[in-house]
Amino acid sequence: MKSLDELKAIREAMQAQMGLRNEEGDKTRLVVGMATCGIASGARPVLKVLSDTVMERELTNVMVTQTGCIGLCQYEPIVEVVEPGKDKVTYIKMTPEKALEVIDQHIIRGQIVSKYTISETIG
Amino acid sequence: MLPELSLNVLDIANNSIRAGADLVTIQVRIHKKEDLLSIKISDNGCGMTKDQLSKVEDPFFTSRTTRDVGLGVPFLKQAAEITGGSFEIKSIPGDATTVNASFGLTHIDRMPLGDICSTIYTLVLANPNIDFLYINEYEGKEYQLDTRSFRQILGDIPFDTPEVARFIRKYLNENHIEVYGNESF
Repeated sequence: MKSLDELKAIREAMQAQMGLRNEEGDKTRLVVGMATCGIASGARPVLKVLSDTVMERELTNVMVTQTGCIGLCQYEPIVEVVEPGKDKVTYIKMTPEKALEVIDQHIIRGQIVSKYTISETIG
Repeated sequence: MLPELSLNVLDIANNSIRAGADLVTIQVRIHKKEDLLSIKISDNGCGMTKDQLSKVEDPFFTSRTTRDVGLGVPFLKQAAEITGGSFEIKSIPGDATTVNASFGLTHIDRMPLGDICSTIYTLVLANPNIDFLYINEYEGKEYQLDTRSFRQILGDIPFDTPEVARFIRKYLNENHIEVYGNESF
């Protein structure tokens, strides 16, 4: 059975770096809709690829989180990008591949991927 | 319908989260001899009144305001009952809710359990302020994940720190394989 000892070692290694972490309020949030509608249309793999990629690329100012149904079930999976001080951007009909594009273009390069946004897609 | 039982688990656990729970317990048990797969999800959230409880299995009832239907509970109930299993929700208003679903393990209509490790991983990572106790038992062997004991070790180091998240993923996968070997249900 995998034990918790490894976690203790991680804690010891991490504690030295703790002071460097950003406060939650300054972070960009990637919010995935995870109600029945989102889950049924494939939100779990989208959320997984977002959180894996944020970690792999060490995007320490980004956090991935979930929300319930926002009332646009037909456009799920939905990912909202909430950046401090900016308007929220809503991406619809996400897939793991599209979610990667959003991270590459929007989160890393700062370019909104208009072809997937709700305003562009359904006017 | 959701194509995997593990997606139903994710969905029902999200009801617990919306109910303001700070501890959600998820138990999966498989017993071949009794031809049984059981899933139990319990929480310490706001619970439901008798009136809500009587309506919760109705797809046209939901407590949310963003849409008019609530399919999560009816989906799981149907998935259980078509396999000759049973479905039950108990709730104490202001205190707790427990969802119990059992399935005929070898019934032809039983959906696969699917990627339960991803469901637990997703819940833990995306809900950093909620504790999860997850127990998975197969033929008397079991493994569990308790975020409270993770928290105790980690102090204020968050679960979404890459090193910690990778550990959680490995912890789930390796323990799952140790209990299930190559078998999947």
